[in-house]
Amino acid sequence: MNTKTQRRIFKPLVFVASLGPLAWIVWAIYSDSVFGTHILGVDPIMNINRELGDWALIFIVITLALRPAAELTKFREFTAYRRMMGLYAFFYAVTHVATYVMIDLEGIYSLSRAGSLFVDDIIKRKFITVGIIALILLIPLAITSTKGMVKRLGGRAWQRLHWLVYPISLLVVFHFYMMIRADFSRPIIYGAIIVALLAYRYWVKWQRDNKRKARASAAKTA
Amino acid sequence: MLIKIAKPSDARESDVTPREIFLNRRSFMAAAAAASGTTLLPAFANDARAALGDVTTNSKYAVPEMPTTFKAATTHNNFYEFGTGKMDPAENAHTLKPRPWSVEIAGHAAKTGTFDLDDILKPHALEERIYRLRCVEAWSMVIPWVGFPLADLIKRFEPTSKAKYVAFETLVDTEQMPLQTRPTLPWPYVEGLRMDEAMNPLTFLSVGIYGEELPNQNGAPIRLVVPWKYGFKSIKSIVKISFVEEQPSTTWNQQAPHEYGFYSNVNPEVDHPRWGQDRERRITGETGFKALFAPKVETLMFNGYADEVAQLYQGMDLRKNF
Repeated sequence: MNTKTQRRIFKPLVFVASLGPLAWIVWAIYSDSVFGTHILGVDPIMNINRELGDWALIFIVITLALRPAAELTKFREFTAYRRMMGLYAFFYAVTHVATYVMIDLEGIYSLSRAGSLFVDDIIKRKFITVGIIALILLIPLAITSTKGMVKRLGGRAWQRLHWLVYPISLLVVFHFYMMIRADFSRPIIYGAIIVALLAYRYWVKWQRDNKRKARASAAKTA
Repeated sequence: MLIKIAKPSDARESDVTPREIFLNRRSFMAAAAAASGTTLLPAFANDARAALGDVTTNSKYAVPEMPTTFKAATTHNNFYEFGTGKMDPAENAHTLKPRPWSVEIAGHAAKTGTFDLDDILKPHALEERIYRLRCVEAWSMVIPWVGFPLADLIKRFEPTSKAKYVAFETLVDTEQMPLQTRPTLPWPYVEGLRMDEAMNPLTFLSVGIYGEELPNQNGAPIRLVVPWKYGFKSIKSIVKISFVEEQPSTTWNQQAPHEYGFYSNVNPEVDHPRWGQDRERRITGETGFKALFAPKVETLMFNGYADEVAQLYQGMDLRKNF
């Protein structure tokens, strides 16, 4: 099977699978409502918000891991899914905030009240400030994720802009860390994974630079 | 204010404990026997809890709202000794052995020592009170507690004039509470009240809910209930009560002093640093859409108990002494 057919089959599959967490939440709400199950429990507002936030972070980590995965496994196809995974991270982050404003802050009953409460939150609550900064910084990345935008910006400028995903991901982890008061293990694990992925990228770059230098000096002496 | 009206559809859920049933333990037992099965028993009463004997209903302490269902009150708990997830305690607390249980009474009192819980309980007539429970995390429940006023117990042990505060401690036992091997919080969980708060008629020692002995996840076999304070003040599975001169250290205050004060009175005007406290999600037992879109309830000053307790804090800056 050539790469093109592979992509034609797997891309839609990955696309649909990535909607899984959202579909699962919708299913759980339905099941709890209709079948009396307790999947999301008696406080679904909190559980849904946590769940969506978790998935935004998971998709960020997947996005960051794809290139190292491609290099380490020599399965280059992984890199073809970076844009999709990145956009899913953005999608889950937006859903995380939208459900917070619409349900937790009761935007469905009064959008203006929820809006002003949310502005209050952003100003007063540092973990929300950090979270919203991360989301805002993701917007230019999401907008410039198309092939056309890569061309328009030029490879180097585009890469420099999209390198921002590393500091953004650490902001997201910090947002997660700041809202916890006991048992910090999860944000610490996510943070460690992201730092490891970043270190790997620098290590690869350092090796490449060394090789280039060695080649250059070899050419000089020859 | 949210007043839940029971709909016919609610009745088919076996986890709902009808009010008239939990209010009268005897008729409950009779009904259960008549049903000759366990269908009427709450889902988590699977370890055949002992009856609590005579319980009188103290109608002075009732609220207009419908109580939270037994199932919700026993599956949505904060009890970090059994995990940090809300559903963890219901799953993990089976390792706790609520009998035999001893409680140490220590500090500035005429009578001190370690006593078997049943000896401690013997002289107290049990009553039922329905209180609102407001968690600091902005959710709340309405729970029928069974127990007796803390003041009645305090008087028996005759604290001296040096007893300015009462300090409480939860069990530390890595066999009964295996997660205490992790440093989630500094164990033991400790709490405290000023003497006048402890003596207030509202302050309650609970040994049961919904006419049943306390399920483990709710703080068996004996816990504190201080309805005008955030829920974490109502310490669970108590093994030690001390009469002390200085304000005792409290777990959440140690953990995050700028977020959780010693007093932690329910106060809609003082935000938690990470969220507002003027509204609350009332946990009724509903799930799914109904729970998701239920309008929030306004949080009341002192959780609606201002008439009983506001005088305790006269002249105090409640913003500073949060």
